[in-house]
Amino acid sequence: MTSTLPPPENPNATRAHISQRTFRTDRWWLGPLLTALGLAVFLVYATARVFQQDHYWVAEHHYLTPFYSPCLAAQCEPGSAIFGTLPWEFPWFIPYAIVSMPFLLLFRFTCYYYRKAYYRSIWQAPTACAVREPHARYTGESRFPMLGQNLHRYFFYAAFLIALINTYDAFAALLFGGENGGVGIGVGNLILFTNVVLLWCYTLSCHSCRHVFGGRLKSFGSNPVRYWMWTQISRINPWHMTFAWVTLGTLMLTDLYVALVASGVITDLRIFN
Amino acid sequence: MTTKRTFRVWRGSGEGELVHYEVEVNEGEVVLDVLHRLQATQVPDLAVRWNCKAGKCGSCSVEINGRPRLSCMTRMSTFEPEEPITITPMRTFPVIRDLVCDVSFNYQKAREIPSFTPDPGTEPGDFRMAQADVERSQEFRKCIECFLCQNVCHVIRDHEENKEHFSGPRYLIRVTELEMHPEDTADRRTISQEEFGLGYCNITKCCTEVCPEHIKITDNGLIPLKERVADRKYDPLVWLGSKIGLRKGADTPIAPNTRKPSSAPEQ
Ligand code: SF4
Ligand code: SF4
Ligand code: FES
Ligand code: FES
Repeated sequence: MTSTLPPPENPNATRAHISQRTFRTDRWWLGPLLTALGLAVFLVYATARVFQQDHYWVAEHHYLTPFYSPCLAAQCEPGSAIFGTLPWEFPWFIPYAIVSMPFLLLFRFTCYYYRKAYYRSIWQAPTACAVREPHARYTGESRFPMLGQNLHRYFFYAAFLIALINTYDAFAALLFGGENGGVGIGVGNLILFTNVVLLWCYTLSCHSCRHVFGGRLKSFGSNPVRYWMWTQISRINPWHMTFAWVTLGTLMLTDLYVALVASGVITDLRIFN
Repeated sequence: MTTKRTFRVWRGSGEGELVHYEVEVNEGEVVLDVLHRLQATQVPDLAVRWNCKAGKCGSCSVEINGRPRLSCMTRMSTFEPEEPITITPMRTFPVIRDLVCDVSFNYQKAREIPSFTPDPGTEPGDFRMAQADVERSQEFRKCIECFLCQNVCHVIRDHEENKEHFSGPRYLIRVTELEMHPEDTADRRTISQEEFGLGYCNITKCCTEVCPEHIKITDNGLIPLKERVADRKYDPLVWLGSKIGLRKGADTPIAPNTRKPSSAPEQ
């Protein structure tokens, strides 16, 4: 076969030798800075709350914070453990929601959006577009351990199941949180529901979700149902970054509300029962 | 309205330097107009590549105040009135002269991709594609090969040594396009990762940010391709299947005779 090699690059030509890191004149460092701050706020708050092992359950209104769902430790307050508890008391360094917290963390850690966010703002590869990065070598996600990012879809499956549990929690609070364990609505219910709806938006707009529901097909024409599902997911997928940030906020707010009510700092405003 | 503006333009080869010019600018002009005036009035030997002046040929890619842009589509009115304007050639490619780069790297990477491979049993006229399938790859066909995405990608921009192992966003979406074609029978997933360097991409989206055709390179091309590679290479069930000989179909190798033997040991 004849060679199809293109004419070689001129061996004497080199790239422009420019020592400046960038000629950009806009505030390119602002985005990464705010991202790093935002992630730090969430991490500090979530760590503090997950290890606090207190103020996570409002028995009267059946409110359970998402950070403790499902509660599995033997010392979980009565009623808060929907699957029952394990026979052991958890020491301070094991979160009560030991089956969900690691998966949710890995789900977000391997999320295509959060990857972009921390690669840019924390790892600085690159800090901003057309700004030289500070690393001497770069292999991206082509080597171990970064190859592990390819496992994102499995964490998506786990997160999907956990979102079902959160949905159950929100409904349980509505159905059993009123007077004498009947139906009741308070501000807490609205918060729990908003949080769950947004968690679903985040989970379903995931790129792996888009892939498994239809993206992996070679032909849409012969798979109309999966094409339809792919189309719906493709409509929310461009908002994935927005949902990623909004859910960090709603998770913290939901947890804070439950914590404040559980510790008696505020009382839940009831709308019905 | 005519004003005088300060332009700092790269002159010379890779060893060149920024030279200051004062140039007249009229209302409604784009950067390429001003470069042409500079050429016409002060530096007749200034090398600038351009063709259509309509954002459709992809020739006039340069970096304007550090941002990779088409110079024919960058309006002068987007800059502050006193702001000096810095124009450099694309940083990722070797400079031939002034603002003109040698972009052969891209043609090399283009040739390595196995082309559309229909079932040999089909005759011309046999294909019937659903509109949905046409639209999916149509997005990638909008590419004008301006190479701005190739230029901005930090994988090769900041690490010249990666050029050998990484085809760049423009060619990875070409692979995605072929992989999404319903009548294509080749399987380019393994070579996407092992030969075209998809794993080097860390989906930081600079390619999408600069694309003048607004192709959603990352969301619709690179991430779906990463997911397909995960199907092929990092799925335990598929892996087990290939171990016990259940997997049908073979991985397609890169197009033959497109690499110098030193970098393609299989030849
Ligand atoms: S998203 Fe990937 S291909 Fe695009 S610029 Fe970033 S690293 Fe390069
Ligand atoms: S994908 Fe966009 S940025 Fe890249 S070469 Fe094509 S038109 Fe240019
Ligand atoms: S959760 Fe963000 S891409 Fe999957
Ligand atoms: S001159 Fe054709 S794209 Fe600018």
